[in-house]
Amino acid sequence: MSSKIASVIVAVGLLSGAVLAQGAKPTDPQIAHIAYTAGSIDIEAAKQALQMSKNADVRAFAEQMVKDHEAVNKQALALCKKLNVTPEDNDTSKSLAAAAKAKRDQLAKLSGAVFDKAYIENEVTYHKTVNGALGSVLIPSAQNAELKSLLETGLKIFQGHQQHAEMAASMVK
Amino acid sequence: MVTAMGRTAPVLSVLVMLASAGAPTHAVTVPPVTVTVTIDQVAFREKSVSAHVGDTIEWVNKDIFDHTATAKNGAFNVDIPAGKKARIVLKRAGEIDYFCEYHPNMTARVVVAKAPQNQP
Repeated sequence: MSSKIASVIVAVGLLSGAVLAQGAKPTDPQIAHIAYTAGSIDIEAAKQALQMSKNADVRAFAEQMVKDHEAVNKQALALCKKLNVTPEDNDTSKSLAAAAKAKRDQLAKLSGAVFDKAYIENEVTYHKTVNGALGSVLIPSAQNAELKSLLETGLKIFQGHQQHAEMAASMVK
Repeated sequence: MVTAMGRTAPVLSVLVMLASAGAPTHAVTVPPVTVTVTIDQVAFREKSVSAHVGDTIEWVNKDIFDHTATAKNGAFNVDIPAGKKARIVLKRAGEIDYFCEYHPNMTARVVVAKAPQNQP
């Protein structure tokens, strides 16, 4: 199945930030699922940080991640409903979810300043990776104009998060 | 006479200036105005606005995200919740670059001139 191969290629691209091969195009229902999953992962990461961190800057950042990503995901679901699109699970979403669980388990073993540093540094890397995928694969592949527009807004928000995380990272060092 | 919204005020300012040119000995008061900056699609729509000391700057957040207007020089730091407005009165002259604390890729500038002088 070419779409499965495409998804695998996308997964590799998402996780490594590598440049994707031409023609690796996920469908709109897959894109919606990937974007929603990526947002949910960051909400979970933020909730873990809110449970574990006492650092005011880290907590403020995490609270913002929950609010922003919930807002984007709420819009994504509303758009899917409006367009009558059912988000379709795929290998990229599965790979993202698996990698995120591994990261959460790893972070759960840490505490205090070590946790704060690891969480924020992962947020920088994670947003960088997702932004790379949005810009190089998901946005160019999206067929529906409204989905494309929502992804573009998402990209601007997540680029902001990346910069915010970079600033926070310099504070928790 | 001047409403809270700034659109009528610049016109009035021009009228006041014209009037004062014709009658320079009369005392003239230039009322403060409100300058609006709209936030939409994770950006400050007006990248640079001009105002005077005493004017109000009002941010209208049309996004579904909370933002801030945070001056690099510390002149102001305003929370602008999603779908809400926030305003401040400009206290000092200067070129103030500001950004959103939560999304630092959002940047803009307000150029604040001294308050217009009353004619003697």
